[in-house]
Amino acid sequence: MTPVLETRALTKSFGAQKVLNGVDLAVAPGESLVVIGQSGTGKSVLLKCILGLESPDAGQVLWQGQPLNAARRPAFLDGFGMLFQGAALFDSLTVWQNVAFRLRRSHGDRRAREIAIEKLARVGLGPEVADLHPAALSGGMAKRAGLARAIAADPKVIFFDEPTTGLDPIRAARINALIRDIVTETGASAITITHDMTTVRSVGDRVAMLAEGRVWWQGDVSAMDAATEPHLYNFIRGIWQA
Amino acid sequence: MTLTAPVSGLGRLALAALRGIGRIALFAARGLFAVPDPREFLRQLVQIGWLSLPVVGLTALFTGAALALQMYSGGERFAAGDVMPAVVAIGMARELGPVLGGLMVAARVASSIAAEIGTMRVTEQIDALVTLSANPIHHLVTPRIWAAILAVPMLVGVGDVIGIMGGWIVGTQSLGFTSAAYINGSWSFLESWDVISGLLKGAVFGLIVALSGCWFGMNAGRGAAGVGRATKYAVVVAAVGIFAANFVLTGLFFA
Ligand SMILES: Nc1ncnc2c1ncn2[C@@H]1O[C@H](COP(=O)(O)OP(=O)(O)OP(=O)(O)O)[C@@H](O)[C@H]1O
Ligand SMILES: [Mg+2]
Repeated sequence: MTPVLETRALTKSFGAQKVLNGVDLAVAPGESLVVIGQSGTGKSVLLKCILGLESPDAGQVLWQGQPLNAARRPAFLDGFGMLFQGAALFDSLTVWQNVAFRLRRSHGDRRAREIAIEKLARVGLGPEVADLHPAALSGGMAKRAGLARAIAADPKVIFFDEPTTGLDPIRAARINALIRDIVTETGASAITITHDMTTVRSVGDRVAMLAEGRVWWQGDVSAMDAATEPHLYNFIRGIWQA
Repeated sequence: MTLTAPVSGLGRLALAALRGIGRIALFAARGLFAVPDPREFLRQLVQIGWLSLPVVGLTALFTGAALALQMYSGGERFAAGDVMPAVVAIGMARELGPVLGGLMVAARVASSIAAEIGTMRVTEQIDALVTLSANPIHHLVTPRIWAAILAVPMLVGVGDVIGIMGGWIVGTQSLGFTSAAYINGSWSFLESWDVISGLLKGAVFGLIVALSGCWFGMNAGRGAAGVGRATKYAVVVAAVGIFAANFVLTGLFFA
């Protein structure tokens, strides 16, 4: 089966700092891939390179087997949703307008608002939040509103950049379950970035371990604990090695 | 080091400058040739036009009043104090209304546009727009540019009237003009081109202000320092751009 998304030998540097150094990854239709790696190893940069928000120095991004170039990007983005690491809610819009951003173009404002409130409920935010501005939300609430915006238009491909950082363990468990449900329900393909092993186990079908600019291990979540690859072994067990 | 080094250095600099101008021109064209979202356009019209009225009005009032004092005492030297109202009207309409109005808008608006869009850049809101299938230039730049092109001439028009009023207050209160004589004196020498040229200048200055704010905001560096730098450059470039454009336009219109 052709992967929905695939990167081949993706390379990206900022000045002298080589962040990605030949990343090969693939996500199958309906699959949930989790990318793990220490802070600052280029996980967020990887997502941005796939989206064309940063231009990779070398390598390829394929969508449904064809290069994801400028001409095909609008079609890709039409069925895409993303939760940013810092939520990236629009300050000038209220929470429901943020969540309904895409919907307001296709549905009327009233219907869009109804769907937005439904989606907010799914991430555990009540209707009283709908008319607030993002500045009035706590970090964790903003994160969940960002999640609601990412899933609002039922995307086929979803990126979650650290969906549970900044959330308490109970919320985090709910969000993990929600991400799992969305992937199962809608058959969407997802890439989730996380440091949190609980998220890996509850959200992922497959895991990829990113370190020093490339993927050191990838495979089924169930095979992860038996793996002996040192980067992964240490990461799972929290062993620090200089 | 060869003999040609300074020349090739200059050439590189010229090429870089050309590339920069090309990129800004492309940016401006992409911003201009799109239909602004009506809601956002109205919001910007209020932000740029309506909310700038107090500061532009006060600037015009004091400038008109000071100009009246200057032109009266200067005119008296060759017994021509009587033409002061006409000089104030023409000076405000052609030059001081648009330039000072444009500068005040540059201070108020170029900075706030650059800070707002720059903050959106560093907090990934612009990236978020892209992932939501919205074109950031059409979404952010187009309404601001068109609102400024429309609002600044309106501000200039209001400033012209208030500036002449400032002259009228000084003229009638302390220089012995009768109200009728002052108004007559302003009116009789003023040609419609004096006013229209000033309004056209205002439209160009509006474009410069909004473009500068949007350009530096969109290209803001990382973090709070990046937004700070973007804001500073937006105001400086808008102000210098207004002076330069004023010189060119004055040459075009009146030379
Ligand atoms: N626009 C940029 N300019 C310069 N350096 C950058 C830029 N974006 C990212 N970097 C650098 O690239 C490296 C990887 O950043 P990235 O945000 O991808 O890390 P990450 O793996 O997502 O970390 P975290 O888990 O903390 O979010 C960092 O060292 C960062 O400083
Ligand atoms: Mg990150």
